[in-house]
Amino acid sequence: MLSYILRRIIMAVPILIGISILTFSVMHLAPGSPTSMLLAPDIGPEVRIAFEERYGLNDPIPVQYVKWMGAMIQGDMGYSLVRVGMPVSEMIMNRLPNTLILMGASTIIAIVISIPLGIISARRQYTVTDYSVTFGSFVGIATPNFWIGLLLIMWLSVNLGWFPSGGTHTLNEPFSILDRLHHLFLPALVLATADMAGLTRYSRSSMLEVIRQDYMRTARAKGFTENTVIYKHGLRNGLIPIITIFGLMLPSFFAGSVVVERIFAWPGIGDLLITSVFQRDYPVIMGITMISAVLVVLGNLLADIAYAIFDPRIEY
Amino acid sequence: MQQEPVNMPSSTPPEPGPNDPKLKKKPDTLTKIILTKFFRNKLAVAGGIVLFIIVTMAIFAPLIAPQNPGDVEMDLLNRLAPPSTEFIMGTDDFGRDIFSRVLYGAQVSLLVGFLAMLGGAIIGTVMGSLAGYFGGRVDALIMRLVDILISFPNIFLLILLIAFFSPSVGLLIVFLASLGWMSTARLVRGEFLSLRQREYVLAAKTLGMKTNRIIFQHILPNALGPIIVASTLSVGNLIIVESVLSFLGLGVQPPTPSWGNMLQSAQNYTIMRDAWWYPVFPGLMIFITVLSINFVGDGLRDAFDPKMR
Repeated sequence: MLSYILRRIIMAVPILIGISILTFSVMHLAPGSPTSMLLAPDIGPEVRIAFEERYGLNDPIPVQYVKWMGAMIQGDMGYSLVRVGMPVSEMIMNRLPNTLILMGASTIIAIVISIPLGIISARRQYTVTDYSVTFGSFVGIATPNFWIGLLLIMWLSVNLGWFPSGGTHTLNEPFSILDRLHHLFLPALVLATADMAGLTRYSRSSMLEVIRQDYMRTARAKGFTENTVIYKHGLRNGLIPIITIFGLMLPSFFAGSVVVERIFAWPGIGDLLITSVFQRDYPVIMGITMISAVLVVLGNLLADIAYAIFDPRIEY
Repeated sequence: MQQEPVNMPSSTPPEPGPNDPKLKKKPDTLTKIILTKFFRNKLAVAGGIVLFIIVTMAIFAPLIAPQNPGDVEMDLLNRLAPPSTEFIMGTDDFGRDIFSRVLYGAQVSLLVGFLAMLGGAIIGTVMGSLAGYFGGRVDALIMRLVDILISFPNIFLLILLIAFFSPSVGLLIVFLASLGWMSTARLVRGEFLSLRQREYVLAAKTLGMKTNRIIFQHILPNALGPIIVASTLSVGNLIIVESVLSFLGLGVQPPTPSWGNMLQSAQNYTIMRDAWWYPVFPGLMIFITVLSINFVGDGLRDAFDPKMR
């Protein structure tokens, strides 16, 4: 087991290195040098040369990459160009908890809605229910979730006033968990819709696979009720492949969170990313790209490990 | 020696299919079987018809649209007018006809989706062919690149590229294509690995055929089915990605209308309170278009699948 986990971790390293090389290359291929970005245009050549010398901008590109990567690993992502003197890592760490809360809540909503739908759909294969669920997931895949977000804000926040339209909490009020949840619900729901359709379809096909197994027939023959058979014998086996799907869905989850945070003015790293793009705050953009890469790879790693733990058939 | 299945876009063996038991009848060509199967799928056909209508309306937008978004006039008298016979989708906060803008927006969205798909399919086919045909180091290198790009949410790379290059629509298409070739590459590579050892490819090699010709004439036609299916389904996804980027203000820039940037300007308290039609119609167009494309793609997948009858 331990060696399996270690092997997985070692396999994740080249992916992170690859992404860091891509990110670094984009920075270097882009028009405009750091010198012209940071220094005033009317500065004299001797200052420019001293500046380039001091910050290692004359080093060969591979050397610059290694230095940059070394700093990144130690958590040094440089400083914001806009909020002068503010370390990028601090800006990201201030925002990251909000993003993780949003993603956690969405995951729960997606699980609570999709897995039961998938099970119901599989139990009643080729019935009206099954067709409606399948059609519904088609509709879900084709709907851009920022549009669902807009419509929900229009309907539930602006017109009915049931939910706040943005932010994490009511301003100038003491901390209240209910108020937080009230603000969290809509963005989490919208983010969940991104993966709900796919998750429902996977749960359905995974359950269908399980329902046909011999041990299910044996359980029925023993006289267990249908619910015991499905939920106790079936679900536990049917859920295993879904763990992997979670790992695979993580990238789209991250992508979705950028838009959702933007619509609901949710102060997470996605919102920070877009703001930084408009402000041309390059160190922040690169920092967020790298952090998201690390989180996605980490998530996949966890999914792989969980899979190995929950599926006793896997050999290491 | 069996006949070579040169113009048969599937990997089924070139024997008479199991669906024509009367062997005295001449067996249908594979293309015909596939088309028949596709047209039996009602959802796919419906999707195809809707898509055809949308594409036609987008192409003939200058003839159909009541207003030309090129001459952006401010029509304050008709600001946020509800849908009526004059403005069937209502007007926006500048008093411009939303239906016209949706039609012109369709041109942009469809063009970006289609060209980026085409670019991605070409890059993917080339990369997959190189990896699958040559194997070894080339294969390892390309497939690692695929792994890296697939395991990472590519909207972040897109945003990174956009942040550094602030692209035009053309460059946006290039970026989308260069981040959208991985699944095609995997598919093509897989097809190569399974076909490389087939007798007819070995025969072609033994006869001294050039590598190019073997790839383009004997292997690729067999991979055509899966490529078409994957590419069709990717158009829907690309249209959504474009609309997301434009919605964030990073894609197609106003005044050029696109479905995404129309939704961006609709995200406004007064508009949401008073003018439901503005956020609804551009989004509805994205939804209907992508749904139709996905139905067509799914129909194609079933039609190309030799196991489905």
